[in-house]
Amino acid sequence: MTYASFLADYGSRFVDGALVTAIQFLCSLGLAVVVANLFGLMLLSSNPTLRRAAVGYVEFFRGTSLLVQLFWLFYVLPLFGITLDNFLTGFLAVGLNLGAYGAELVRGAIQSVPRGQWEASYALSMSPAQRMRRIILPQAFVTMLPAWGNLVIELLKSTALVALIAVPDLMFEARQLNNTTYLSTWTFGTALAIYYVFSRFLITPCMRWTERVMARRIGRA
Amino acid sequence: MKWDFAFTAEILPKMLWATGNTLLAAGMGYAIAAVIGLLFALAQRTPLRILTYITREIVEFIRSTPLVLQIFFVYYVGPEYGLYLSPWVAGMIAIGLHYAAYLSEVYRGGIESVPKGQWEACTAINLTTMQTYRRIVLPQALPPAIAGMGNYLVAIFKDTPILSVIGVAELMQAANAVGGQNYRYLEPYTMVGVIFLVISLTSARAIRWFEATVRRKLGMQ
Repeated sequence: MTYASFLADYGSRFVDGALVTAIQFLCSLGLAVVVANLFGLMLLSSNPTLRRAAVGYVEFFRGTSLLVQLFWLFYVLPLFGITLDNFLTGFLAVGLNLGAYGAELVRGAIQSVPRGQWEASYALSMSPAQRMRRIILPQAFVTMLPAWGNLVIELLKSTALVALIAVPDLMFEARQLNNTTYLSTWTFGTALAIYYVFSRFLITPCMRWTERVMARRIGRA
Repeated sequence: MKWDFAFTAEILPKMLWATGNTLLAAGMGYAIAAVIGLLFALAQRTPLRILTYITREIVEFIRSTPLVLQIFFVYYVGPEYGLYLSPWVAGMIAIGLHYAAYLSEVYRGGIESVPKGQWEACTAINLTTMQTYRRIVLPQALPPAIAGMGNYLVAIFKDTPILSVIGVAELMQAANAVGGQNYRYLEPYTMVGVIFLVISLTSARAIRWFEATVRRKLGMQ
């Protein structure tokens, strides 16, 4: 059997898996962005209860391993009568986990906006919501984009773990193919190559492009 | 579903023993990563352009593909070429190489933070390249790298549960086994989460303290 005929026979399985991975990636990215912004702002809140809740959330999700969280959601939650679909469990776990890392990035970026910007918007008598939305967040966004680039790659890699709760993603398909064909080098090698193409030639250029566009829009670069 | 304390007490010794294995896996993986990472970092600083280029590509590839897939790859591909690796050996190679790629970036950052004048001074007093690295550059590159190295120590610890996919007898594997035997998943998985949380929070504190101590000892503030 040559590699070409291997691809002809099983190529569609890789494509199916890659599609599921792509959807998992987009869903968990969406969730992570929402969670990161919500808890990132809460970390900076003047209300101590909100702040403590956010610190608790971030420490909890960063301190326990993603795989542990995934298995807990999948095996333990049903015991309390909450049964979630595999796919939903998968991106919930990944999104909540990576969102906790993202929250720290959001906090850091907002704090890095120069003091003068805060004072100037105060002097223009903007409301706190206006100040955040129009002055602080756009600048913080540009500052944190490079760090988000790394986080997004981590997120893609983390989605491979959902194969362990039987979501039929790329990792899962590769494992199934390996169990039936025993062609480990080709199956796992192909899957590795697809992940590599995803992160190096799709995600990284997209993030770079966003960085450039956003920097231009706020007049840096 | 109610928490069963008798069951918790019964499985506690098993879980603690497995925690020992988890720590061992993290420690060994990190030791491998620390050494190979340094080789990766130094290989990118040689005058040989081709070596720099190849190492750079290897590091990028490892960093952009999922660890779980790399673990499967190392474990299953060996036998195709007559190389049978035990789960422990395969797991250590995979996790060691994965984090070597990350640590090489930390080292690179540390080495680049050493001022140019230090290199020139070494040339001026006729030190060999080996002496320059060992006595002047690396000791100064270390303190700025400690925070990053510490983060990856905690990260490698949190990634060890993934080793359970090839049957390394660490904490996650023990929880799976205990849960499967007794049809009780609440206690084992929750205990794994608590153990991870306690260890990663304490080690994060310890690393901050260690960094401060090293900086003080070397007279850098």
